[in-house]
Amino acid sequence: MKAQFSGIRRVLTGASALAASVVFAGHALAEDLMGQPTPGAIDLQPAASELKHHAIWFHNIILLPIITAITLLVLGLLIWIAVRYNKKANPVPAKFSHNTTIEIIWTLVPVLILMVIAIFSFRLLFHYNDMPKPYMTVKATGYQWYWGYEYPDQKVSEIVSLPLTKEQADAKKVPYLLAADNAMVVPVNQVVRVQVTGADVIHAFALPAFGLKIDAIPGRLNETWFKAEKTGVFYGQCSELCGVDHANMPIEIQVVTQAQFDAWVASKTAPPAPAAAPAAPADAGAAAAAATPASAPAAAPASVPAAAPAAPAA
Amino acid sequence: MAHAADTHHTDGAHDGHDADHKPPFFARWFFSTNHKDIGTLYLLFAIMAGLVGGALSGLIRWELMEPGIQVFSDTGLLAQMGLFKGKHGYNAVVTAHALIMIFFMVMPAMIGGFGNWFVPIMIGAPDMAFPRMNNISFWLLIAAWILLCLSMFVDGGPGHGFGGGWTIYPPLSTIGHKGPAMDLAILSLHLAGASSILGAINFITTIFNMRAPGMTLHRMPLFAWSVLITAFLLLLSLPVLAGAITMLLTDRNFGTHFFDPAAGGDPVMFQHLFWFFGHPEVYILILPGFGIISHIVSTFSKKPVFGYLAMAYAMVAIGFVGFVVWAHHMYTVGMSINLRAYFVAATMIIAVPTGVKIFSWIATMWGGSISFKTPMLWAIGFIFLFTVGGVTGVVLSNAGIDYSLHDTYYVVAHFHYVLSLGAVFAIFAGFYYWFEKMFGIKYNEFLGAAHFWVMFVGVNLVFFPQHFLGLQGMPRRYIDYPEAFTKWNYVSSVGYMITVVGVGIFLLMLLEAVIRRRKGEANPWGEGATTLEWTLSSPPPFHQFSEPPVIKEDSH
Repeated sequence: MKAQFSGIRRVLTGASALAASVVFAGHALAEDLMGQPTPGAIDLQPAASELKHHAIWFHNIILLPIITAITLLVLGLLIWIAVRYNKKANPVPAKFSHNTTIEIIWTLVPVLILMVIAIFSFRLLFHYNDMPKPYMTVKATGYQWYWGYEYPDQKVSEIVSLPLTKEQADAKKVPYLLAADNAMVVPVNQVVRVQVTGADVIHAFALPAFGLKIDAIPGRLNETWFKAEKTGVFYGQCSELCGVDHANMPIEIQVVTQAQFDAWVASKTAPPAPAAAPAAPADAGAAAAAATPASAPAAAPASVPAAAPAAPAA
Repeated sequence: MAHAADTHHTDGAHDGHDADHKPPFFARWFFSTNHKDIGTLYLLFAIMAGLVGGALSGLIRWELMEPGIQVFSDTGLLAQMGLFKGKHGYNAVVTAHALIMIFFMVMPAMIGGFGNWFVPIMIGAPDMAFPRMNNISFWLLIAAWILLCLSMFVDGGPGHGFGGGWTIYPPLSTIGHKGPAMDLAILSLHLAGASSILGAINFITTIFNMRAPGMTLHRMPLFAWSVLITAFLLLLSLPVLAGAITMLLTDRNFGTHFFDPAAGGDPVMFQHLFWFFGHPEVYILILPGFGIISHIVSTFSKKPVFGYLAMAYAMVAIGFVGFVVWAHHMYTVGMSINLRAYFVAATMIIAVPTGVKIFSWIATMWGGSISFKTPMLWAIGFIFLFTVGGVTGVVLSNAGIDYSLHDTYYVVAHFHYVLSLGAVFAIFAGFYYWFEKMFGIKYNEFLGAAHFWVMFVGVNLVFFPQHFLGLQGMPRRYIDYPEAFTKWNYVSSVGYMITVVGVGIFLLMLLEAVIRRRKGEANPWGEGATTLEWTLSSPPPFHQFSEPPVIKEDSH
């Protein structure tokens, strides 16, 4: 089944290459930035996880050619009608109003097309659902308006991830509204389970490069997963309207090597760190400031002062 | 759909000496029980609300034209005027734009306006079944409008107005907005809902009981069919919304915890209830448009509608399936895999009857002798743009892709293609189609065509680039965005400016027609226009069909 599927896949990939290249005319996919939006780009963000590869394939090879063909068919028919059946070209209208054959065709052909789409769609959906045995779990909690990341397996208590101000982001040369002061740090090539919940209102944890989006709902622990293929920094943004600073609730994931990850964990769990126990959100500012120097091996210089968004009232 | 109607002796103009007796101004327009006058009131109200809602979208596009916060800054022009201050002000504007366009523009125009005007005439009835209920439907909507406007200017919690989106998800609409703005918005929705339910009862009763002799359901024009189906959708879905927002109201004010997880409630339950209403609602917005487009395409092709029965039952199918697909708005809330798989499959099925409609419109034109008058331009524009919005709907129906696109601008582009470019194009198509019939004066063809072309270019420029933003991951309802999204946001805002020019031409068209007052003909469209409204004068007599026309045959 699997081999058969990949056979179909190769054929379809080849057949659709032309259509896809027409659709993407003038915009080479390879130029897209990894882990963040590319200026002026018109396609899905490039994949850094298996799930997103599948999703991109499904979109670019199955869906996009089909919907483009249907749209062009309708457009072509409308243009043909405008040229051929305008009142000058065709002064006497036909009077037919039925044609059972064609009606059956335009009912059944869409059904068949949808069934083809559905096969690949369900495959992708079940792929999302079939989480392999996770290497570790990160619990992401959405607050108004920042994220907290907790590592129960590594016994790393919640790390507060605050948005950067424009000045801070520019000083660090990281993208404003995407970069956070403390990232979620995970090892490369490992299955990471993300458990997501909301502390106050509903937020959504999203990371386009991994194809992730799951709502952070108070009173509910949602679950999703990813397996990052390469190291680097990947950005997402809160994706459920959550109030005043909805647009300024960045999600930053740093994917590092296993050794770097182990070192990072050690730095977070090292005994002489009494201050690094940011439990209560009300202490967010202080906790983040305390956590900053040791965190984030790839980026996050120690000099960043903690931005202080309004701590939740309750 | 064409009818050989024996109406010459029942034409109200010749029928009884008081058929055209109109009450004095105040009684006529404020106590109105006449379906045509109420229809006109609805249309005027919808135009007013559309201008307000369009102005709000202008604030949104102005803000998003470049990265950073300019229009809604804490010290900007709006803040100085005391309107929509700061980031919360932006959210309140986004929310108000949606609520106004849905409940106070598209629904009043399609159902209240064209439905009231033409359903009784098309089925050969003298008026609606419950004329006084018709009156209260309209004035409840005015009350709802006043409440919504009040809501924008009272304390919402984080600032003036409610900024939780038209989907009013708790807890953002409970603990997130403690002020009275949300309560006013809830009461506004209650009244708007009551108005629509009364209207729906009226339409169903009218269509089932007041058809002229010989006007069987299977001879009934497709616009009447579309309003009948819409009325059923309203009747079945709005009570669910009413229940949900009542629970929201008691959660907010009376200590219940329907949606509070800390006390055993469930915020996701609200989403299920909301979308059980919300999904049929989007078909409520578009189905009457389907009916309008069928009439126009047939009229200007000088051909009967292709596949009349399939067209009618495609709408029935869309209405029915529309009730069992609601949770495709909720793929990311953490439903079980089986539920998600079901909603993927059920959602895709809707593409089949929708495809039947698109292809049947094309087949209606095929072989016709088409004149491209303004209504036909809008109708053809509708068919193409609705197709674009429809196919992106198929993309979004796949949960696996929706994880990348949910709550991004791809969704915004999708539903504006089917509603802003679909429903609104259908409304303009109907407005031009029936303008002369309703008001007894002719519009200027050149201005009408110019309105179409400018608007067509403008709205496509607004919404097509939003697909790109969504694919790249730009979330919706964002006041500010990373710099990478600048280019297409800029193009989108330029498109808005072009659209505004189009709306300006529309207003100019109205002004020109009112000033010139070219006298309208009973049937300006010729042999293709076969439904009963074209047998009456333009405008029709104040009361028509006091003796019902007899429908002897159908031609489909």
